[in-house]
Amino acid sequence: MSKGLPETRTDAAMSELVPEPRPKPAVPMKPVSINSNLLGYIGIDTIIEQMRKKTMKTGFDFNIMVVGQSGLGKSTLVNTLFKSQVSRKASSWNREEKIPKTVEIKAIGHVIEEGGVKMKLTVIDTPGFGDQINNENCWEPIEKYINEQYEKFLKEEVNIARKKRIPDTRVHCCLYFISPTGHSLRPLDLEFMKHLSKVVNIIPVIAKADTMTLEEKSEFKQRVRKELEVNGIEFYPQKEFDEDLEDKTENDKIRQESMPFAVVGSDKEYQVNGKRVLGRKTPWGIIEVENLNHCEFALLRDFVIRTHLQDLKEVTHNIHYETYRAKRLNDNGGLPPGEGLLGTVLPPVPATPCPTAE
Amino acid sequence: MASEVARHLLFQSHMAAKTAGMPSQLPDSEQNQKKDNTRSLTMSGHVGFESLPDQLVNRSIQQGFCFNILCVGETGIGKSTLIDTLFNTNFEDHESSHFYPHVRLKAQTYELQESNVRLKLTIVNTVGFGDQINKEESYQPIVDYIDAQFEAYLQEELKIKRSLFNYHDSRIHVCLYFISPTGHSLKTLDLLTMKSLDSKVNIIPVIAKADAISKTELQKFKIKLMSELVSNGVQIYQFPTDDETIAKINASMNGHLPFAVVGSMDEVKVGNKMVKARQYPWGIVQVENENHCDFVKLREMLLCTNMEDLRDQTHTRHYELYRRCKLEELGFTDVGPEHEPLSLQETYEAKRHEFYGERQRKEEEMKQTFVQRVKEKEAMLKEAERELQAKFEHLKRVHQEERMKLEEKRRLLEEEIIAFSKKKATSEIHQNQSFMVPGSSLRKDKDRKKEPGYRFELLCFDVRACETSDGRTDTEEGRGAPRPRGGLGSVWRRSQGL
Repeated sequence: MSKGLPETRTDAAMSELVPEPRPKPAVPMKPVSINSNLLGYIGIDTIIEQMRKKTMKTGFDFNIMVVGQSGLGKSTLVNTLFKSQVSRKASSWNREEKIPKTVEIKAIGHVIEEGGVKMKLTVIDTPGFGDQINNENCWEPIEKYINEQYEKFLKEEVNIARKKRIPDTRVHCCLYFISPTGHSLRPLDLEFMKHLSKVVNIIPVIAKADTMTLEEKSEFKQRVRKELEVNGIEFYPQKEFDEDLEDKTENDKIRQESMPFAVVGSDKEYQVNGKRVLGRKTPWGIIEVENLNHCEFALLRDFVIRTHLQDLKEVTHNIHYETYRAKRLNDNGGLPPGEGLLGTVLPPVPATPCPTAE
Repeated sequence: MASEVARHLLFQSHMAAKTAGMPSQLPDSEQNQKKDNTRSLTMSGHVGFESLPDQLVNRSIQQGFCFNILCVGETGIGKSTLIDTLFNTNFEDHESSHFYPHVRLKAQTYELQESNVRLKLTIVNTVGFGDQINKEESYQPIVDYIDAQFEAYLQEELKIKRSLFNYHDSRIHVCLYFISPTGHSLKTLDLLTMKSLDSKVNIIPVIAKADAISKTELQKFKIKLMSELVSNGVQIYQFPTDDETIAKINASMNGHLPFAVVGSMDEVKVGNKMVKARQYPWGIVQVENENHCDFVKLREMLLCTNMEDLRDQTHTRHYELYRRCKLEELGFTDVGPEHEPLSLQETYEAKRHEFYGERQRKEEEMKQTFVQRVKEKEAMLKEAERELQAKFEHLKRVHQEERMKLEEKRRLLEEEIIAFSKKKATSEIHQNQSFMVPGSSLRKDKDRKKEPGYRFELLCFDVRACETSDGRTDTEEGRGAPRPRGGLGSVWRRSQGL
């Protein structure tokens, strides 16, 4: 994925002497360092604390997008995820409001704090997706929005005088809601995921999973996984970005067993066994949202928030954003491929024949 | 930290008192956030993103940390020893010579590990600093080296396909400047060097070999140094005081600058412990004793408290400054001539057009020159050809003339030969006739003898009488061997020869 950097990976030790003034700036080789043993405690590991303090001071940004047909429980799920009224539910809309003609993008930001960690959470809703009669290209506004955020970031990054911390509005994660038909994916689902899995991290989620029994659920999940694989759709966590064996085994497990997560969302609390839990009350029982036997909400929450939040941001920044940047700079003909800006300020030597000497 | 937890609990209880479904709170601090379209939310339960810093830190641990120290100071002032002591390791290094003609920078990278932290430490040493007789060129190599590291990073950042997260950061994070313990003031070289470095790197000045100064002198020396630095406008690194937890200690440390350090890896027994110290006849200077020197303070500040801040400052302040200057130097600005925001893209496009135009023009020029030269050469060659042709013609003519002359000569010669043979033939006939009259024949002999080609030898003299042939001429007899017939016959042999 990264172009072969000019640093030749020769294993030369980095005792370099810089004799002349004005040395040519060369990309430093990855040095083969000498492993030294510390004879006593110094305190280097306090850098972890220092780093932690720094990040807590600056705070975090997280942008999550929810896509799916209306009525699948997107807003409820987001509210359950963040345990607060992050999105206004559709039922509270004015009855006279029509379904929007095209897909709208609504981004609402919130600042939430927990344990000293401040997070600016932005939830991007897409009302109108898949709701029209003719749904062709309904993913295009979404793709456009995502690319716009990349563009904004790129513009900031390319400035001469840059801000200390570039505001990050790029979409880190996109939850795609699959209708629990029990059969297979719809063509719209496949089309959307095919187009967008290349620009953003997609996490497919089976909505309203309480309509399926356990067997139906597992069968449906298997079928969905197979379909996604057959169509070449790489959802997060993508196989190609697994860095080491540990990551790979962990992510394989998630990919092959748990995903897509079959979730149930709720923001109402009920009393069950003396505890107050979030759930849905039905004549035949109470579905506990955070009970792993009932649905996989807890898995989704742990996956997205507790373990892979930083990774989602990193994949977005290091891979999706870099891909966009490379494409953008290439397409515009601005910078010749493979060369940095400074390397080609002067055009290359023209290939005209030299006049013969006298 | 306790205040944060308390605040969180307060929120929780506040939330629990309300029923679910109510709209979100709008606390006061939200005023300035309104324009961002953000609202402050309170959560009704534990979500779990407080593990986010941990996730981040785990990631960094996986990748490892990078730290680059530059040591500037005269040869023999104790740089390597201090680094050894700081990191409690014997980094292999030998003493440098004092006779280098130029200042060189030597960089060495080490991998250290402590608990689960992997640190890639790079030490850059100045070799030969302050040794030369003429020290004017001393600080330039250092400035160039620092710039080169920034340049490399900038190049990487401006690439189209880049991999910054994989990049080995070689930018200098801190510069330890070693001051000689003269006790008087800063040397001119020190001042000049620090002035040229202060906008490019975080400088921490240290007084080396501090065991050479007594305590009272040290205080005066420190005050003198700091005032000199301030009056000359040298910006040294100030330990950050914005974080409450470390503000106090950092502020007090700021007052102890420059640190007076002693470095030693030798261990000496003091009391019942082995400590790092230097042993003198008059006592033992303990490195880690705060009364003896500021080594512990330096280690504390450099490694335990502010390493991250040093890295941060390097990236956000010094590197950004370098980047800005470099890009402006190249002619890129953020604001165009009409004070509209100009993007890098547009500027580049404009420049590109300019350069292409330039290039086209140059190409045309070169083409013209080339065509011209070709024409000239062609004319020259034609000229030469003509000359050659003329010469050829001339020579041909001369040759022809010569030939004709020779032919002429040959013809004449042949004619002469013919004439001569004729003559000879005639003379032979006459010879035959002339034998009847010896006198005349003798005369004729003589005459004949004068003629070239033939020689007549008298072989014998025949006294027999023989017929005379009056009236008969030799011509009838032909030219064969003329046989003399005469009274006094003689046999003549004709011999060819001389």
